[in-house]
Parts: sequence; structure tokens; C-alpha cells
Amino acid sequence: MTKKLSELKRGEKGMIVNVNLNGLTRRRLLDLGFIPGTVISVVFESPLGDPVAYLVRDTIIALRKDESEKIEVELIN
Amino acid sequence: MFWKKKENNQQLIQIDILPKRDTKIIALAGNPNTGKSTIFNRLTGLKQHTGNWPGKTVTRAEGTFEIQDEEYTLIDLPGTYSLLSTSEDEEIARDFILFGNPDATVIVCDASVLERNLNLAFQIMQITNRCILCVNLIDEAKRKGIEIDKETLERELGIPVVLTNARSGEGIEELKEIIYQISNRIIKPTPRKIQHKKEIQEKLNQLVPLIEKAFPGLYASEWIALRLLEGDTKIRKAIEQGNLLELINKGLSNGNGELK
Repeated sequence: MTKKLSELKRGEKGMIVNVNLNGLTRRRLLDLGFIPGTVISVVFESPLGDPVAYLVRDTIIALRKDESEKIEVELIN
Repeated sequence: MFWKKKENNQQLIQIDILPKRDTKIIALAGNPNTGKSTIFNRLTGLKQHTGNWPGKTVTRAEGTFEIQDEEYTLIDLPGTYSLLSTSEDEEIARDFILFGNPDATVIVCDASVLERNLNLAFQIMQITNRCILCVNLIDEAKRKGIEIDKETLERELGIPVVLTNARSGEGIEELKEIIYQISNRIIKPTPRKIQHKKEIQEKLNQLVPLIEKAFPGLYASEWIALRLLEGDTKIRKAIEQGNLLELINKGLSNGNGELK
């Protein structure tokens, strides 16, 4: 089952299946390690729920909803 | 930052380096928090502040060290994930790698997360042949049960690989030796280059000679051509305004002692 990264909850693990962005933003996310096949989880949420910090390839990176809702993940357990 | 206007000249001066005559320039590049500054301190004997958090080095630090009685200038660059940078400290690193024309670039990686680090390594390998992969923090990786296959890495990447634990000094002598060999052109690495699609390669074949003609001595011409093909408006502007040339000239005068 795939869902948006922005819908991933704390404690859940997802595998990135798609980065539905173009141009520089896409490149930037790929450079930061948001590559299809990568396992990702939620580490912190800011009080208002945006941005959210994710653990990706051993580094914590915070994304805004604008970006995280364009990344598709598959739930894994 | 070469596309920004005059008000940023101060920063251009900052990235410009004024080494002593005849010293070779060695750049230390790598992802944030891979131990670049620890390696810097090991090589130079300086006490540049180190700390276990990313983004610690926001400006460039430089120091000197000697190999076989010859002096080298070592530039410690801020950590970056990519050469397509978005933040200012990353631009310092990017511009130096692109235009600083170092005699050797040491790409520092964290052995525990090598895969993540190889993204930047690949980008640098597309620009300069004179690079070394320094896989640092091997002690920590070992504790996590990770072992690095140096020979396979060297074969796959086409550049020398040195395994180091900068904190204890392990591998530093070997690193020095390879820096010496590369900067004196004793060994000439042949990094693996990205194979572009046919259409892109055809366009590159047209563009690169034009860029080289307009900006003689630019060794990152293919990188510039690719950004133009991607439709990067900032790069385009830099070319139109001639700022690019300004920066390349500054980069080229490194080591020639011809700076004003």
C-alpha cells in the first residue's frame, strides 16, 4: 500500500517508491538521500505538524509538507 | 555564488585564495559531519575547531603541511551533499571545487554511510580527475559490523581509496603519500564518468567546445553545459553577465602568484 510521505506516522516505516517532483527540487531531494528504495521514518514533528523531521540514510532531514506530500512511500513492517 | 551580483564581491574575495607561491592546493570536500576537520587537523597540526554536528565549518579554513619538504596548502571546505547547492556554505564548497582548480581533491566519506556519501563523490569525479576517496571513521563502521572493500571500491570508481580513522591517525600517512602522488601527477586517476543518453551527449558535444572557447581554461565546462541543458537560469545569467569568467580567472591565478 502506498501513501504520501506526509501521511507517514511516528513509529511507521516506509520505503520511498516515487519522488513526484521536477527540476531542482527533485535533484535536491535526491542529493539529500530521498531516493526510491530508501527506508524512511518520522523522527520529530514540529508543534504545528509542519515541518517534519525524517530519518533517511542515517541522517535527520526536515521537510515541509509541500515536499513530503509529493513523495510516495510504501509501508513496511 | 558566481551568479550573484556585485554586492557579494566580499564573498568572492572570501572564496579566493592567496597561497604562497609554488604551493600546491589540496581541497578537502565531503558530506557534512564526515570528519573533514579532524583530517584537516591531522594533516596540518592545527587546531581547527571540530565538533560532532553537521554544518560546523561554514566558511573555509586553510592551513599548510609538508610532504617530503614541499609545502602544500590544504583547504577545509564546508560539508555539502551536492554540487547543486542551495545554501551559502554549500556554495563556498561548490565554487571552490568547480573553479578553484585544486591540485588534488580529497573526498571524505563516512564509512558507515558510504552509499549516501558516494553521491557527492560521483559529482566531484565528473569534474576533476585528480581526486582521492578518503573513507573515514572506519573504526566506528567496524563496530557496526561494516567492512570496506578498498580494492573493489578503487576498481569501481577508478580513483585511489584510503581508509582512515583520523581521530587515531590511522591511514593519514598513506593519505599523504597519495596526495603527493596525485598532485605531482605521478598517478593519474581515471574516475568513472557518467554515461549520458545519446541525445544529451550529442548536445554536450556541441555545447562544450563553445563554452571552452568563451571561457578558456575552464575545466568544469561539461558541468556548466549540463546545467545549461537543464535550463538553469542562474548559470545562464552568470554566463551572460560574464561573472563566470571573473571567477574562473580568479581560480586560475591560484598558485601562479599573479594575484594583485
